[in-house]
Amino acid sequence: MRKEVLIGGFGGQGVILASVILGRAIAVYEGLYAVQTQAYGPESRGGASRSEVVISDEPIDYPKALAPDYAILLSQEAYNKYLPLVKEGGIIILEKDLIPHRNSELEKKLKVYALPFTEIAEEEVGLSLTMNILVLGFFAKVSGIVSEESIKKAVLDSVPRGTEAINTRALEKGFELGEKALKGQI
Amino acid sequence: MKYPFPVGTNDFIQGDEAIARAAILAGCRFYAGYPITPASEIFEAMSLYMPLVDGVSIQMEDEIASIAAIIGASWTGVKAMTATSGPGFSLMMENLGYAIMTETPIVIVDVQRSGPSTGQPTLAAQGDVMQAIWGTHGDHSLIVLSPATVQEAFDMTIKAFNLAEKYRTPVVLLTDAEVGHMREKVNIPNPDEIELLYRKLPQSDEEAKFPFGDIHGDLIPPMPIFGKGYRTYVTGLTHDERGKPKTVESEIHEKLIKRIVAKIENNKKDIIEYETYDLDDAEIVIISYGIVARSAERAVKILRKEGIKAGLLKLNVLWPFDFELIEEIAEQAKKIYVAEMNLGQVYHMVKEGANGKTEVELISKIGGEIHTPYDIIGEIKRGL
Repeated sequence: MRKEVLIGGFGGQGVILASVILGRAIAVYEGLYAVQTQAYGPESRGGASRSEVVISDEPIDYPKALAPDYAILLSQEAYNKYLPLVKEGGIIILEKDLIPHRNSELEKKLKVYALPFTEIAEEEVGLSLTMNILVLGFFAKVSGIVSEESIKKAVLDSVPRGTEAINTRALEKGFELGEKALKGQI
Repeated sequence: MKYPFPVGTNDFIQGDEAIARAAILAGCRFYAGYPITPASEIFEAMSLYMPLVDGVSIQMEDEIASIAAIIGASWTGVKAMTATSGPGFSLMMENLGYAIMTETPIVIVDVQRSGPSTGQPTLAAQGDVMQAIWGTHGDHSLIVLSPATVQEAFDMTIKAFNLAEKYRTPVVLLTDAEVGHMREKVNIPNPDEIELLYRKLPQSDEEAKFPFGDIHGDLIPPMPIFGKGYRTYVTGLTHDERGKPKTVESEIHEKLIKRIVAKIENNKKDIIEYETYDLDDAEIVIISYGIVARSAERAVKILRKEGIKAGLLKLNVLWPFDFELIEEIAEQAKKIYVAEMNLGQVYHMVKEGANGKTEVELISKIGGEIHTPYDIIGEIKRGL
């Protein structure tokens, strides 16, 4: 089993942290293998931000995504750049409000979930900054590759002290939306 | 002893962080450095951990001073390390030679980035292999290790300290920006499960008179500790067994340098470590090391599925080099490919080892991106 996850957005959205939490949940709490890599340099400051997590039940050879099984795309630029890389039949999760221009031809071959995650984080969690954690909860649910418990532990290990409660709320909101999405209620 | 990070457990951390933690667990209690991407995280971690384990982490004015400081620290009996990247590593070359000449156990980490000069600070490369081995002037030997994963970065840091202590020599842990910055699952063992070596100390006043003499017949002199009552002269000049400068006597120079080289060369079998993947019946052999070996392993798996008999030799130690092993492989293989992130460095050593027994070709990639498995597969298929 080798699964590749690509997370793309812009600096400040918490792309890197989301990928670190996912990798940690898998490697430390699920007992599997995970490797997380990221683009450094100018890309990590305000511009495009990209991170990858490769997950496996055996030691991981090539540490980067070749054809992602999952992509979480949080900006138009990330969508344009990374959508074509996603494996046929893969799952993509999109920040709907930030990706006004979509490629319906490419999306046909994928399972697509598009929600206004930033707005939901702002209105239902009370802090738009928690969008990355909310998306992570949503991803955990719809992908089924990491348990709620593991991702929750990894979130609590990783977020700044004093923000545990609000991040847990965001994560649980993500689980809830993911559950609904799986049932076709969104 | 309480450690400032979890032990006896799995963690998910960067290669740089793993190197810092492994150094602490190996008993390193002195770190001197100067910040540089992509090695700064090692310094950050050391600055955080050292005060909590009664150690010292100090920022020096540059990398020349950093390596000088750890050489001095080592002579006081403390295990010591510094870490840097290409530009800093270049500055360290003079004192690396001093550490070799004075047989000082130290660990130097070079988290390689693209060069020459300041090059591509955030991107990985393997362009410092020849520099690590031959960058300092004069005849010499030392040990160079090359990790491919965060776990190996951890394990090889401990190995680096053990080899430095055992053979009284500087050891270079030659990693790269990719391994340094990636986060990966790593098992941090319980400290009591880690085998640690410590340098041989003089057992008597008589032994202490010969800090550079092969008095035990194993080529490794016992190393006295500064401040423990022995008068010891440490110099980069050619010296006799007592450490006194003898700069014009050719036989003393020859004896000293040949012993320094022989203590590494004669213990090759103990030092060298490599891994193989599907190598036994391989017609196409890829030789690789560090991060690129992971792309090569993937390439072998894909090629095997297509019915191509490919195999991998992954080098974990780049110096001393097992030229005989390469010749054995060359006798069996139809073709050897060397995949590395430079314009050909280990390639030349492999060619020498292959000794004309089979064709050796370079699969080179520079610019910061690691080889994809398909970069390697493409080159191999072109040659079929």
